[in-house]
Amino acid sequence: MSEIAIKDIIKTENLVYKKTSLMTDKPLSYCPGCGHGTAHRLIMEVIEELGKENDTVGVAPVGCSVLAYEFMNVDMQEAAHGRAPAVATAIKRLWPEKIVFTYQGDGDLAAIGTAETIHACNRGEKIVIVFINNGIYGMTGGQMAPTTLVGMKTSTSPFGRDVSLMGNPLKITELVAQLPGTYFVSRQAVHTPAAARKARKAIKQAFQNQIEGIPGLSFIEIVSNCNSGWKMTPVDANNWMVDNMFPYYPLGDIKVNGELVNK
Amino acid sequence: MGELRLMKGNEALAEAIIRAGADGYFGYPITPQSEVIEYLTAAKPQDRTGMVVLQAESEVASINMLYGGGATGKKVVTSSSSPGISLMQEGLSYIAGAEIPIVIANVVRGGPGLGDIQPAQSDYFQSTKGGGHGDYRLLVLAPSSVQEMSDFVPLSFDLAFKYRMPVMILSDGAIGQMMEKVELFDQIPRLTDQEVKDKYPWATNGKPKGGERRVITSLDLDPAKLEQHNYHLQEKYRTIEQNEVRYEQIMCDDADYILVAYGSSARISQKSIQLLRAKGIKVGLLRLITLWPFPTMKIQELVQKGIKGFLAVEMSAGQMVEDVRLAVEGKVKVAHYGRLGGVIHSPEEVAEALEQKIIGG
Repeated sequence: MSEIAIKDIIKTENLVYKKTSLMTDKPLSYCPGCGHGTAHRLIMEVIEELGKENDTVGVAPVGCSVLAYEFMNVDMQEAAHGRAPAVATAIKRLWPEKIVFTYQGDGDLAAIGTAETIHACNRGEKIVIVFINNGIYGMTGGQMAPTTLVGMKTSTSPFGRDVSLMGNPLKITELVAQLPGTYFVSRQAVHTPAAARKARKAIKQAFQNQIEGIPGLSFIEIVSNCNSGWKMTPVDANNWMVDNMFPYYPLGDIKVNGELVNK
Repeated sequence: MGELRLMKGNEALAEAIIRAGADGYFGYPITPQSEVIEYLTAAKPQDRTGMVVLQAESEVASINMLYGGGATGKKVVTSSSSPGISLMQEGLSYIAGAEIPIVIANVVRGGPGLGDIQPAQSDYFQSTKGGGHGDYRLLVLAPSSVQEMSDFVPLSFDLAFKYRMPVMILSDGAIGQMMEKVELFDQIPRLTDQEVKDKYPWATNGKPKGGERRVITSLDLDPAKLEQHNYHLQEKYRTIEQNEVRYEQIMCDDADYILVAYGSSARISQKSIQLLRAKGIKVGLLRLITLWPFPTMKIQELVQKGIKGFLAVEMSAGQMVEDVRLAVEGKVKVAHYGRLGGVIHSPEEVAEALEQKIIGG
């Protein structure tokens, strides 16, 4: 058998995957095993596929994805902690033809920014919110998040989340689904190729809604892992997520075409 | 001559916002400036110019709406009163850091805390020294009439875009609520989207075809780079201190003493000058129009000219007086007079304070 040189393999007809040009070449700053990179890529692929590269403004949060604007190759704004929905509201109101999205973690969206989240949803702002829920504050070193599960140990709940002291994990996605202003609400994950494909479909639907000018906000939650913060290997973190996060935060569409999905 | 109307200061501000060609107003009601958003919602600016008006869920949201809108190159503005402005300090710090042009009006009321709803000038520190975290400045204009509530709106937008920074119109409950004749300027057309794109290439409103994406942020995790960014901001502030100081001198030419005041206190002080001059005391008024940049050089020039003393007149416990003292550098007497908590001083009280604290003291 003769030797096959790499240059013979790298041919257009052999290409099965290409990184979207809407991701910059900057190496991701996320921990190996983290879901952020996949989520970023799915959003950027969708924007590219929909041909909106030159008509999109994204808003990055404070948290692990504070540097999302380093990786997403579209016009980006970096918001103050929790304020992305307010920032995005004004962008969309002033440039109704543009595609506007926020990318927010659980602390950003469901703790410090709860008011901005609820009110942007309630006003039915025609934007996309992508919400990454990993149940912990990754950036600041693994503190308790509003979505931290009961009994889950974090650096500020070292003996586990105690409901009597710390309240229950907040299902903010179910909460915003109740508001008439939301049009499409879906909860997805990106830990397997099959899950990522479903997540991509939901993200695309969300952006499609905005392009079509459908009245109402599209809200996509992605339940993700934080192997560093959870102090697990990436594989263990994914398994733990499936066993513990998914039962409390079940995957699937919650609201479609403005109607709650009956389960 | 422009259109003449009898208006409240707050109404004149609102009408001027529309006429200045603003693209968006985002605000939250608070006394004594709620007339601004009431006027704007009633005046249907959407039909007149296409301007967006939105009542936000809080002042925190409104200032962040300004962040988002301003960062796309649109002319955006909010208004509030003291407690609401306190809530906006986080956003203002981000806006200053990210170099976004915005205009914000503060119709000051008595504090601290919930305070009251009467006119005060006790937000001077918060307005001129930064207010939020980090090293930054707001360019602060102080109207002392309903006319200036209108005139300072287009001026504020011009300065905000010239320097890419937040500009504050600092008035008070008296200027906001009182009615005066105002000559309105003619409608300035809003820029088209294309004009915004052409004029402000830094703005994030969709990556140019074949061009580089733009990023608006106040974050730089590399301390060496953040230091450079801070030097850049400081350099800009030095330029502004050179070029944008504004004030009005009233009867300063032959004066032995100077009252330094702005806004409502400047109006009151004009009467005090008359009272004092009737007694043979030669007093002038230096009315500040920009509070930052502060007219340090002008005050030093007046000291050189032989002014014997300065009385800082402000409805606060003595905030602006600190800048007067810094300018005077101990060379002549400087004192403060002002009532607190929403109480307005009378011209007689001011005149008496000059006689007691400066001439007699």
